[in-house]
Amino acid sequence: MNGQKTPAQLNIERMYKGMVERLTPNSSFARNLLKAFIIGGGICVVGQAMHDLAEKWLRFNAEDAAAFTSITMIFLGAFVTGIGKYDTLGKHAGAGSIVPITGFANSIVSAAMEFKREGFIMGVGARMFVVAGPVLVYGIGSSVVAGLLWMAFGGR
Amino acid sequence: MARRIGTDTVEFSGKPRVCAWSSTVGKKEAEGPLGAGFDARLEDDLLGEKTWELAEARMFQQTVERCLEKGGVDRSDVNYLLGGDLINQLMASHFAARGLEIPFIGLYGACSTMAESLAVGAMMLDGGAAQRVVCAASSHFSSAERQYRMPLEMGGRRQPSAQWTVTGAGATLLCEALFAPRPTAVITHATMGRVTDWGVKDAANMGAVMAPAAARTLQAHLMDTKRTPEDYDLIITGDLGAVGHSLFHELLGQRGIKLDDKRSADCGMMIFSGEQYAQSGGSGCGCSASVINSEIMERFSTGELKRAAFIATGALLNATSVLQGETIPAIAHLVVLESSEA
Repeated sequence: MNGQKTPAQLNIERMYKGMVERLTPNSSFARNLLKAFIIGGGICVVGQAMHDLAEKWLRFNAEDAAAFTSITMIFLGAFVTGIGKYDTLGKHAGAGSIVPITGFANSIVSAAMEFKREGFIMGVGARMFVVAGPVLVYGIGSSVVAGLLWMAFGGR
Repeated sequence: MARRIGTDTVEFSGKPRVCAWSSTVGKKEAEGPLGAGFDARLEDDLLGEKTWELAEARMFQQTVERCLEKGGVDRSDVNYLLGGDLINQLMASHFAARGLEIPFIGLYGACSTMAESLAVGAMMLDGGAAQRVVCAASSHFSSAERQYRMPLEMGGRRQPSAQWTVTGAGATLLCEALFAPRPTAVITHATMGRVTDWGVKDAANMGAVMAPAAARTLQAHLMDTKRTPEDYDLIITGDLGAVGHSLFHELLGQRGIKLDDKRSADCGMMIFSGEQYAQSGGSGCGCSASVINSEIMERFSTGELKRAAFIATGALLNATSVLQGETIPAIAHLVVLESSEA
């Protein structure tokens, strides 16, 4: 399609792009960063508290404490999504609530809730990873590649 | 009889008349500045149904039924129902039409559907193909969101240029001029838009996608009818939103068309207030459909408006075209509403 555009059309598009950029308001950079920092930081504080709780009170070793923290945070992310509040958090926090592991839980649970009406097989089953799928595919894929490289060069 | 004038415009000599109108909106829209003017305000945006799609179909059907009731017309006296919505393959309108049992013509013009249905309905009346038609359109925030964007409960921030899909429906009963119960509006002209694509890819900036189409259709209309914006009390666009509205004005300025702010409005900017977290404004077929079939028709019936041009704009994207990295084409259809007393 792009090959067929006339010079006149390309000229219009270039002119219009400038106009759109000039008249489209930008997100408030400082305020968004601040909100993301506070809410995202808050989520991480909860995570750290879970970790310390596991290590100090439940006397888990470092590895188990890390797993405990992940599991708890994923549960909390899923729970808050389930009661319909994570989107409210997300609309303020932006990346602050997407980047932590709770955001990962949110992306899966929200899709599962959304597509439940198409049934458990073709709805929940097929579309649960509609948002998180790319992260899983490329996360797991790149870890395999990294593992192979590690084996080939200097690994044990 | 309908007569073609200029390149893109049809003039209706028989003056197809607006006999009744009806609107339904969701909770957020009811809390907006126009809230009190809508016929029905939904407490439950599922309407007791089990899915958002069925809820939208029910809203569509109820709005059409209420419109017929207000017009005192039985559904068997209606020759055609023309309408559409945003769900794939017009699910909401088809499911509503299943219950209405009026011969149905499905239209897809994205958010331009209300103007498209009024234009086609007026052509059918003036061409003698029908005596009464109902024109309708609907959209639902929750059914649109899951089709075009992300799951509802997914947390994320919206860009300031993004628009909020209106949960709403509107229906207009158009009749031949001889069925004329009280002063309302008549449709005098329709200018059908050409699909216009100025290379915008950002699905979170629909106003920028649609503004060139709106400017093009208005320009064609003014040339065809040899009129200027001063000939209209109001030139109201469908859902350009604040961003699209300013681009629309700038594009008109470039074409040498002067449009005063006091003659100009946008349904998407009217339906929500700045505090309602709707960013650039409302969108969706239901946005202009509900605003035209409440506020605007009321202002014609009280005589406050004598002549208005309604330009509904639609962004012609779908979930596939966006993923394939295509630019977004847009369309704008214009109908002229005039007071029946004029």
